[in-house]
Amino acid sequence: MASTPLEVEDLGCRRGGRPVFERLSFALEAGELLALTGRNGAGKTTLLRALALLVRPETGVIRWAGVDVQDEPEIWRGRLAWLGHLDGLKGDLTVGENLVAAQGLRGGPTAEDRLDFALAAFDLSGLARRLARTLSAGQRRRVALARVLASQAPIWLLDEPLNALDAPAQRSFHEALRRHLASGGRALAATHADIGVPGVRTLALGMGFA
Amino acid sequence: MTGFAALLMRDLRLAWRRPGDAAVVLAFYVVAVALFPLGVGPEANILARIAAGVLWCTALFASLLSLDRMFATDFEDGSLDLLLLAPWPLELGVLAKCAAHWIVTGLPLAVLAPVLGVAFGLEPASLAALAATLLVGTPTLSLIGGLAAALTLGARRGGALLALLALPLCVPTLIFGAGAIEAQATGEAFAGHLAILAALALVALATTPWAIAAALRQAGE
Repeated sequence: MASTPLEVEDLGCRRGGRPVFERLSFALEAGELLALTGRNGAGKTTLLRALALLVRPETGVIRWAGVDVQDEPEIWRGRLAWLGHLDGLKGDLTVGENLVAAQGLRGGPTAEDRLDFALAAFDLSGLARRLARTLSAGQRRRVALARVLASQAPIWLLDEPLNALDAPAQRSFHEALRRHLASGGRALAATHADIGVPGVRTLALGMGFA
Repeated sequence: MTGFAALLMRDLRLAWRRPGDAAVVLAFYVVAVALFPLGVGPEANILARIAAGVLWCTALFASLLSLDRMFATDFEDGSLDLLLLAPWPLELGVLAKCAAHWIVTGLPLAVLAPVLGVAFGLEPASLAALAATLLVGTPTLSLIGGLAAALTLGARRGGALLALLALPLCVPTLIFGAGAIEAQATGEAFAGHLAILAALALVALATTPWAIAAALRQAGE
């Protein structure tokens, strides 16, 4: 089965009047991971935000199955799972309530076993009833990753997913990511550390812009 | 629609977990209204005459108090991005946020106002008119306030700027809200005033969600 083509063509973004990146083109097949590398300020986050349509690119198009995703932004957003550099958790909600609320925002029903699976995958089952504001930074990151996993979205956009994670949590993440890719999912991850997938494609940003 | 309900329930649950935030608004309303007899003097006929204006103006100020947190908390903890990424119209999400704000502040204010009106010596019919105008008028305040909150998101000293943006836009609602109670007392066309208030609410309902959504997208960039 040929995978639905996801193509980025000639993408360019400016921030504060300066180009962050220009003429960026790549394609991503099903089961593929693209690691975004580059120094601070190279545009990793901007590229992820442009792909999520949170930032309007100055030039270029993103095509899914040959169609510009801007034409049907809501359908495109439904395919995405987002992990920003902020965790996106509500401190006054419990871990479980945060996941249910996030699933609700995606407009989908909350499958109990799916949430339990996502919590278990990041070793959070014992924390489901804890208020998110009582968690440590690493625990919060794990909840945010569990949210990505629970979304069942085919495309993961991850900004520094390994931030604040300890070694066992990093292994949990690698395991979840590998399974996502093995089942035909795609992922883009901005990262400084080793993403844990052998032979990963890398896109180095910030070449040519001092 | 499920996303709308989920967001509304989430915000109501958050408000329930922090009852202090809503209580501060209501306490401000009571204290600020109580200052007027002290400043104006205790003459009953003067107080009864200014009651409608006082209770309406103060309700407007009180509803401003909680507006600066309306989108700011979502902005700070990253959940605004999740809202922007929701696979359904952002305008609906904005409506859910405004509805939650109204249920937490506008509705309690409309319930509390007649109680305070008694202290100003308002007639029972005027008290009912007061509650009715606030019930119809406060949704407009939440919608216009939501617009001001979205526009000032991330701005320094956003709170003061928010009030400056929101207050002039609330003037028509204030005029017809206070005017309706006056009209009721003098036997003029109360229903006409109320209908204009409702019309203002509908205009706000039909226009502000798009403007708020655009402002939030801009803030998300």
